[in-house]
This record gives sequence, structure tokens and C-alpha cells, in this order.
Amino acid sequence: MKRRVTRFLASLGVVAMVLLVPMSAAAQERSYTYIYDWWGDVQDAPDSYTVSRVFTSTDLGLDVNLKSPQGLTVCGERLFIVDTGNNRIIELSRPTPQTLQVERIIDSFNGGSGPNTFSNPLDIQVSEDGNLFICDNGNARIVKLDNDLNFLEEFTKPNDSSLDPGLIFQPTKLAVDTAERVYCLASGINKGMVKYEADGEFSGFVGATPVTYNFMDYLWKKFATQEQRAQMQNFVPTQYDNIYMDYEGFIYAVTGTPDQLDIKNGSADVVRKLNLMGSDILVRNGEWYIIGDLYMGNGGGYEGASYFADVTCFDNDIYVCLDRNRGRLFGYDDQGNMVYAFGGNGNMDGYFRRPVAIDHMGYDLFVLDELDCAVTLFTVTEFGQLVYQAIDEFDLGNYEASEASWRQVMALDGNYDLAYIGIGRALLRQEQYREAMDYFEVKYDDENYSKAYKQYRKQWVEEHIKVIVAVILILVIVPLIIGRYRAIKEEFKTAEVFRYYKK
Amino acid sequence: MLEALTNKEKWNEYWRSLKFSLYCMTHPIDGYWDLTHEKRGTMAAANTILFLTVLIRLLKLRFTSFIFIQVYWEELNIFLYIASILFPLALWVVGNWGLTTLFDGKGRLGQVYMATCYALVPYPLIQFPLMIFSNFVTVDEAEFYAVLSAISLIYAACLILFAMGQIHEFSFGKTLLFTVFSLFAMLVMVFILMLFFSMISQGVAYFISLGKELLFRM
Repeated sequence: MKRRVTRFLASLGVVAMVLLVPMSAAAQERSYTYIYDWWGDVQDAPDSYTVSRVFTSTDLGLDVNLKSPQGLTVCGERLFIVDTGNNRIIELSRPTPQTLQVERIIDSFNGGSGPNTFSNPLDIQVSEDGNLFICDNGNARIVKLDNDLNFLEEFTKPNDSSLDPGLIFQPTKLAVDTAERVYCLASGINKGMVKYEADGEFSGFVGATPVTYNFMDYLWKKFATQEQRAQMQNFVPTQYDNIYMDYEGFIYAVTGTPDQLDIKNGSADVVRKLNLMGSDILVRNGEWYIIGDLYMGNGGGYEGASYFADVTCFDNDIYVCLDRNRGRLFGYDDQGNMVYAFGGNGNMDGYFRRPVAIDHMGYDLFVLDELDCAVTLFTVTEFGQLVYQAIDEFDLGNYEASEASWRQVMALDGNYDLAYIGIGRALLRQEQYREAMDYFEVKYDDENYSKAYKQYRKQWVEEHIKVIVAVILILVIVPLIIGRYRAIKEEFKTAEVFRYYKK
Repeated sequence: MLEALTNKEKWNEYWRSLKFSLYCMTHPIDGYWDLTHEKRGTMAAANTILFLTVLIRLLKLRFTSFIFIQVYWEELNIFLYIASILFPLALWVVGNWGLTTLFDGKGRLGQVYMATCYALVPYPLIQFPLMIFSNFVTVDEAEFYAVLSAISLIYAACLILFAMGQIHEFSFGKTLLFTVFSLFAMLVMVFILMLFFSMISQGVAYFISLGKELLFRM
């Protein structure tokens, strides 16, 4: 009896072990950088970026501390911080990779008909000619200044009959193209971006999001009375939160406002890439929607979808979205695959409290935090460098070099899906179809696998055409001959002539 | 036992009854009538067909091209996966038999089981070549796979319908009606089983907590 009890206890112990071991493994802390694999599971990844330095007001040597800064723009080697709370703009240079130096503080300008100071400035952009464009939100205008701060032009409320005459023009973010056309976002205008020609003339709205609504809301509205309908939310396009013009002149627009469910099931886009016509040309070939974090449940006091507050795009078409909700950065490649995700909320370096703006200098990233009043400089690590190198070499057509780089990436991180697919794509271009198929299969890339397999199958058939033809011939001819032989034999048996003789 | 294995007559009967499943596939009305009334089917053959069905379903996981089936191996429980075929089958057999006995059904429990297994034949027969075929197609040709796969399931479902009609000696309308009723019976049984298990686990939890309480007091 006693032995039985102990055996029972021992088996209980085993059960408890089995139950507890995976739990403690799951409770392990996640790495700073991660990716989502094919299944949507979080996979730890080596850091693509590390914090190089965090610049606070003191580090920058400012006599007046930054106060809720909203905008950050990089132009060549120059960096602009829009110090919204102090109604000024700070221009910085980067004499060494690790330092930022204040060049000048722009708080007023020469000439112009209105006030020559700023009120609640939110964004600044610099054109190729070196002219400064500043979103002067409180003064309801966008000011265009030359590099010596002389007033050139101002862009005011668009003269459009569809706008409410009582609406105060409040530009929030802007982008300027090479011909100095201005695209801007303004609060209360949901028709997309306001576009001005270089001479300051308003020329229309571009790039409004398509209106989305769910069927239940539509049904309710059908049955509602006039008064009830007035109470309901209107089906209107969502407003963008920020825009960024990339090196080719395409505009990346981000928004965080759509409903969480719409974001999760992909019916609302939070990132769009707009061409000159205002249509969305973002490539979404990735396994998952381009929505930042896939899991939106409550964790660490934060819940809901990622709220993209800003976006920046490198010259290799990798774009990095800044999530204001969880303080994370999400990098996507030109196909829409997640390259890395890192960051978080907190007070340590590399974590944020309320990040509002992001921009890049080379492959370095600058992130501005509104509450910390600090700029974080991220520099790319060896791992990130290898990934970029592999992608760049592939785009240049150096498939062998690209393959070599991806192999190095794979050596550093065997769980990195893009490395396998990257090697596969490089092999595919080198016409090594059989090897490419294996790499695609490991990471479930059926489209590319099929491309490789189609070629491999063709090759195989071409190589074995003689055997195939021979087999088919044998399969067809041998029964034919046998059949013919039997028929002749039968004919002999039943022929009249022989019958005569048999008798 | 050994005698049965070496008995040539037995083996021949087994083979005949196994081959008869192919006849049932092409001549369902004739075939399922003869299956029980002429005793041309055997339990051994029915078990073999069921075993093959389960086996093919398991093999599919591993050997179908990843284009069609992606398996999250970490979460796969092979016993649960096997049960996902056997459990509904058992429910169907018991539910169908239970209902039809009350309404002039001529089939017995064993016969319902045998006929259902015989009706599963299209599944291994189509799915096995399909599994091999899947490794030679690209995503553009994936429709072939989907259509053939669907055919194997629909075929089997139709055969089950015919089989039930023949062994119970029902008219077609009555067969349809009782198929729907059997499906409801399955749902009811699932409900009762869930109720049962949750009650049992509550009961066990009660005694465990009682035991714990006692241990704390001592």
C-alpha cells in the first residue's frame, strides 16, 4: 500500500514538472529586438540598432530647456528640432558621430506681413534649395523662409468651397518636394493632404483614405431616425497623423486612429505610400499586415494597436515606423516584411515615454521624445549592417554578395526568417533552383518556392526528355504490338482457308 | 488465434470483402445492400479501411507539400489528432444506431459501423495519390489539389448517405431526415459529455480541496 502511495506521489511530481517546466521557460524575459515569424510568434533577434547616445537639453547646452518638442527633421548633416512649447526651432549640426552641436536657434524671421515669430510650431522641412518651411500652427500658416531667415512666402487656409468657412487652418505636418510644392496635414481636414504649388497657390487635396465602415454600423444607420443619425459618428476618411517624403518623392503617410479591430483584420491601413496621384502603392507581400505589433492585449499597462506617430524611409526602401503607444520602432523592407522591431516604454536609454518624431541620417536613427524632451541616437549594429548590406547587394544585382551577407546574418541568428528567404532569392537568381527550394520551404515562402520549383521542374523535364519520351513510347507501343499480335493470331485461327483444310 | 492467421479460407474471405469496398464505391445501392444482406462485408475489412483512413490522415501531415498544409509541430498532439477522426465516427455510429432503432431501422450497431467504414474508402483512395501529387505542383496549380480533396470528402459523405439508406432499408427522404437527426444526436451527446466531464472535474476538485484543507489542519 505504502509503495503504491509513493509511486502515485512520484507520478504526481512528474506531472507537476511537466506542467511547470514550459511555464518557467515561457516566463523568460524577451530580448530588446524581435521579429514575428511565419506563425506570428515573437522570435528574439539580435539588436539591429543600439542606443549610441541620448541628448537632453543639458547635453545640447541649451539655456532654455526643451518644452514638449513635436518635430524632428534631418536635412543632410543638419538636424532641426521643433521646440513647440518654446515657440522656436533649434538647428543642430553633427560634428562627430557622437555629438550634436547647436548651430542657431530660430525664433523669429525678417519681413513678412504678419507676426514675425512662431506660435506653436509643429513641423519643419527643408527643400533642396535650402529654404525652410515651417508649420506655424498657432498663426494658421506655413511660412517659407530662405536660409538666412528672410520671409519668402506663406501658405494659408486653402480657398476651397468644400471647407467650412469657420474652420481655422491648423497645419500640423508637412512635406516638400524637389519643386518646392508643399503637402501638408491640417487638423479638421480629412480630405487627405493639402497640396500647394510652389507659388503658394492651393491646388487640391490628395491621398484621402478610402472610407471604411462596418456592415453593422451601416445597418443601424439605415434604420435610425434623422435625430439618431445626427448623433452617430459619420463615415469619414481617417486623418493622417504624419507624412514623410522619401528620396524618390513618394510620401509615406501614417495614422493610428482607425479602430483596433479594423487594424487587426487588415481592413484599415495604418501605413500608406502615396504617389503623386495620391494612390497607395505600398507593397504588402509580407506574411502579416503592416500594423506594428500583432498582439494588442493589455501588457505592462499598455493595450491596443500600435499607434504610428511618424515614419522615415532609408534610401534602400526600408522604412521605420514609430509606435507612440508602446514606444517601439518597426522596420519593414520594400516587400512589407518586418525586418526588426525594438524599443519599449520606460526610462532607460532606448526606451521612451512618448516618442513623437523619427528621422534618419545615413542609417542612423534619431527619435524625439516629447515627455523626456530628449533625442535618442540609434546606430546600426553589425547585425543590422549585414541585413542592410544583403538587401542593398540584392537590389544592385550582386546576388552572390547578397547570399554571402545573408549567410552571415543566418550565422548570427538562425531564427531570422528573412535570411532564409534572402538566401533563397539570391540562389533563385543564380539559377540554383533546387537549393533555393529548400530555403523557401524552411520558412514557408510558397510564392517563391513555386517560382523556384517551376524552373526546377522545367529543367528536370528538359534534362530527362529522352527517358520520358522512351517511357511513354514503351507504354503506348508495347500494348499496341501485343494487341496486334493477338489479333493476327486470332485471324489465323479463324481464317476461311485454314478452316477448309482442317475439314 | 494462430490457426485463424494461417487459415487460407479466412484470408481469401478477407481479401474478397476488402475488394468488395471498391464495388461499393462504384455501385453504392447494390453494394451496400449486399454488404449486410448477402454478408459480403467483414468487420476485419471495415477495421482495415478505418485504419488506412487514419493512417493517411496522419501521413498527410508530414508528406503533403507545405504549400497546402503547414503544421505547427510544437502544438500537435498526435492522439488528439487521431481522436478527431475516431471520436466523431463513434458519435455518428452510436447516434445513428440509437435513433434508427427506434424508427424501424434494420441495421444493427455493428452493421452501422461496418457500412460507415466501407463508405470512407474514397478518402484514402483519393488522398494518398493526392498527397504524392501535391509535391509536384506550384501555388498556381493549387486549385487541382483543392478540388480533388473536396471531391474525396463529398464522395465519402454521399456514400455514407447511401449506405445508411440501404442497411436500414429506408427510403431516400427518410435517410436524409435521419442523417440530419443523427447529426443533432451527435451534438446532444457532445453536450452531455462536456457536462459530464465538467461535473466530474468539479467533483474531483472538491475532494482535492477537501484533502488539502485536511492536510493544512493536521
